[in-house]
Amino acid sequence: MEKVIFEYHSQPTSYVPAADPAAVNKHIPAEFLGAEEVTLPQTCEQDVIRHFTALSKLNYSVDNGFYPLGSCTMKYNPKVNETVADFDGLAGIHPYSPEECVQGALKIIYELESFLKEVSGFSGMTLQPAAGAHGEITGILLIKAYHQKNQPEQKRNVILVPDTAHGTNPATAALAGYQVRQVKSDNQGDIDLEDLQQNLGLDVAALMLTNPNTLGLFEKNILEISHLVHKNGALLYGDGANFNALLGLVKPAELGFDVMHFNLHKTFSTPHGGGGPGAGAVGTSKDLIPFLPVPQVIKKGKNYFWEYRQANSIGKVRSFYGNFLIAVRAYAYFLALGAEGIAKVGRQAVLNANYLMHKLAKFYPVPYHRTCMHEFVMTPHQAWSVSTLDIAKRIIDYGFHPPTIYFPLIVHEAMMIEPTETETKETMDTFIQALEQLAAEAVQNPELLKKAPLTSPVGRIDEARAGRQLILKYEKGRDTLLT
Amino acid sequence: MDYIGNTDADNKDMLQALGIASTEDLLKDIPQDKIIRHCLALPPAGSELEVKKQLREVAGQNASVADFSCFLGAGAYDHYIPSTVPVITKRGEFYTAYTPYQPEISQGTLQSIFEYQTMICNLTGMDVANASLYDGATALYEAIHLACEHTQRNIVLVAKAIHPEYRQVVHTYLKNSRISIKEIPFIEGLIDLAALKSQLNDQVAAVVVQQPNFFGCLEHVQQLGAMAHKQGALFVTSIYPVSLGVLQKPAEYGADIVTGEGQSLGLPVSFGGPYLGIFACRQEFMRKMPGRIVGESIDNRGQRAYVLTLQTREQHIPRERATSNICSNEALCALSACVYLSSMGAAGLKDVATASLSGAHYLAAAVARIPGWKINFKTAFFNEFVATAPGNIEALNKKLLRKNIIGGLPLKKYYPELKKSLLFCVTEKRTKAEIDTLVRILKEKN
Repeated sequence: MEKVIFEYHSQPTSYVPAADPAAVNKHIPAEFLGAEEVTLPQTCEQDVIRHFTALSKLNYSVDNGFYPLGSCTMKYNPKVNETVADFDGLAGIHPYSPEECVQGALKIIYELESFLKEVSGFSGMTLQPAAGAHGEITGILLIKAYHQKNQPEQKRNVILVPDTAHGTNPATAALAGYQVRQVKSDNQGDIDLEDLQQNLGLDVAALMLTNPNTLGLFEKNILEISHLVHKNGALLYGDGANFNALLGLVKPAELGFDVMHFNLHKTFSTPHGGGGPGAGAVGTSKDLIPFLPVPQVIKKGKNYFWEYRQANSIGKVRSFYGNFLIAVRAYAYFLALGAEGIAKVGRQAVLNANYLMHKLAKFYPVPYHRTCMHEFVMTPHQAWSVSTLDIAKRIIDYGFHPPTIYFPLIVHEAMMIEPTETETKETMDTFIQALEQLAAEAVQNPELLKKAPLTSPVGRIDEARAGRQLILKYEKGRDTLLT
Repeated sequence: MDYIGNTDADNKDMLQALGIASTEDLLKDIPQDKIIRHCLALPPAGSELEVKKQLREVAGQNASVADFSCFLGAGAYDHYIPSTVPVITKRGEFYTAYTPYQPEISQGTLQSIFEYQTMICNLTGMDVANASLYDGATALYEAIHLACEHTQRNIVLVAKAIHPEYRQVVHTYLKNSRISIKEIPFIEGLIDLAALKSQLNDQVAAVVVQQPNFFGCLEHVQQLGAMAHKQGALFVTSIYPVSLGVLQKPAEYGADIVTGEGQSLGLPVSFGGPYLGIFACRQEFMRKMPGRIVGESIDNRGQRAYVLTLQTREQHIPRERATSNICSNEALCALSACVYLSSMGAAGLKDVATASLSGAHYLAAAVARIPGWKINFKTAFFNEFVATAPGNIEALNKKLLRKNIIGGLPLKKYYPELKKSLLFCVTEKRTKAEIDTLVRILKEKN
């Protein structure tokens, strides 16, 4: 394994001119100065580069190969997006520069918002949230502000969340001060309409719904659901994590969603960065526009301006304007695909997923026998002695990233697979072959799966021990767990 | 252009395998009248050549710190970024990976976060740091939330000299909650101690300040920390990490939770994002921390290895009982900070901090000598200061722009009482010649 950067010792390279140390004492009173030196790596540039290059080689990424992680939409990240995001005129703009010298940046925000409105059918948009979950809290705060303004006397303190929902949904609702009530799914994988009706009281502010849901299934009764929710005076929140299935195919606003967050790092090809930065734009119906975060970009004639005057705005959810350089990448993606390319995305994602499901269903049980959208769920055979975890770890040995596992929670031993539209049939066929072989191994040689992965840089890690003997930073001379 | 690799023949083969004639046969669950059959109102498809050209054109309409001398700071700092940083963060193995849920094939991300956590702990003196939050503002909100959870108190005293946008974000999150925020005014650029004392009692969950504060002034943090602790309140700070190249570590002055904007550690100003939310605290609060945390363990081959740990705090396990709803954070920005700090080392960081504060003091002294100009506060400052101009500051900034200089930030919008004042910032990138040019223009009569 690669050393920790603190374990290197060489002459550090200097990157800025040496400063006169006497200036510190001259300008800063002693009470503010540090008593001790900061401990940082002492390493020459060559070693820094070798260290982080070595670390990078321990990662699996989309650039390495197939990454069918369900609900995460690990589509290819186009390289031109990276190139343009580095332009000085984009990466080098200070957020407080006067409007007149950032017209290009304001134009990107304005136009990207209009593109997102066009593909979703929403009338309002903000790019301020920095991630999907951040978009969720923004959307729920919009809903809260809407109800407080329109029905101040009606106490709506409950948010309904289906049992298939992402964990962020209930966490977000609780964070916004709501009680969370769970709605069941029926045996088809859709929302149980009867259970929904029973839970829909006047105390309900919104239903948070992912469509297609996390089983990869399109909510067949979506129009009925949105009708019931609206009839009750509640709003329909869309978790746009799975929007890739619908891109170019359906506009969520036309299905009855009042507000929805987008994950630009899923649907719009911006990279996941090993866990961010993402970007979580939020689209809204006309009724929610007055509550959107400030500022909004407006256009007057040929010029763009920041608009801060919105009396009913929820305020700001992040400093400045959100993850601008992520928006730049999504903007470049829209310009590349255009109307013609966007029209293909959802359909190709659905075709790829159905092909993969159809082929894999021969070896792995699929709990819902329906056409799927952009992803699907399968499980190990009950008779097998191996678990989903064992299968996932063995997939690593075949050179692929494992699917999302043990989610959604309502399917026992779930494996959730999402190929995305960018994967070729050729790649998927290789994956299918590997999973066929793996299914045979599960029967003939289960021990092999239980020991997997064998080819990765490290083997299975003792997670319980990491949680028990917490080592959360490097300390020189401290006994590591390697004794 | 699009990024779909399947040929028409591939698609035909797949349809055949599925026994259907068209992809439309897969869309039967969707209300048919909702399916888009027309052409969307989007621009026509562009080739890479065209996309790049379009973006270059639009980028050309912006003033970049590459071509302008920038004297704006206020939470976004134009520090030098060593070449090592983009070389590493542009490696596809890092930026095209997902959150490290499969640790066996994510050791690169996991170990770099572990190293980042270590560096943040070393800089702040805190016991633990998380893998990052969105930005300095949301990190401050999370700290306030944690402080209230820990103390089971609901009043938080927040200095008005904290970044206005951070206070706005905190307000957005908390305005309908049980937590009430009381803002403490400033005197001479620093938190008003008498006002603080009058509000501080045993119902207060936390005293929250920024160091250096929004005006660049250095708060008497030692004293503030002691005051907070005397009432059983936590002391929460928002820091500017580059300043820790010379300033006292938050642990030395008794901070309990340290947050901050990490943009200054190797990230470009980027029109405000992506940035890096720093969050570190004392061991005691570890299990209530928001966000991801990486821990060291061993694998079944006896090797040192890293995993996400303490996950029972996170949304995917306890759902509505999670400490925060955060999922994606800013991992790649944390990697930038990690490579930045590895490259600069302690000596390099000290040079950056020293050159920045030297330049700012040089500029402040020169501005103070210009007739009609005034430095607002007579307190110690780091690399930013507030100055009041004799004339129209908007006209002045327009004039500076024509000379390729981005002037200070007019404070009127944030502090009406400072309507004729500007906040100036100097980093190590501003040369003496650039500062002298600025001063020369400030001296000219409008």
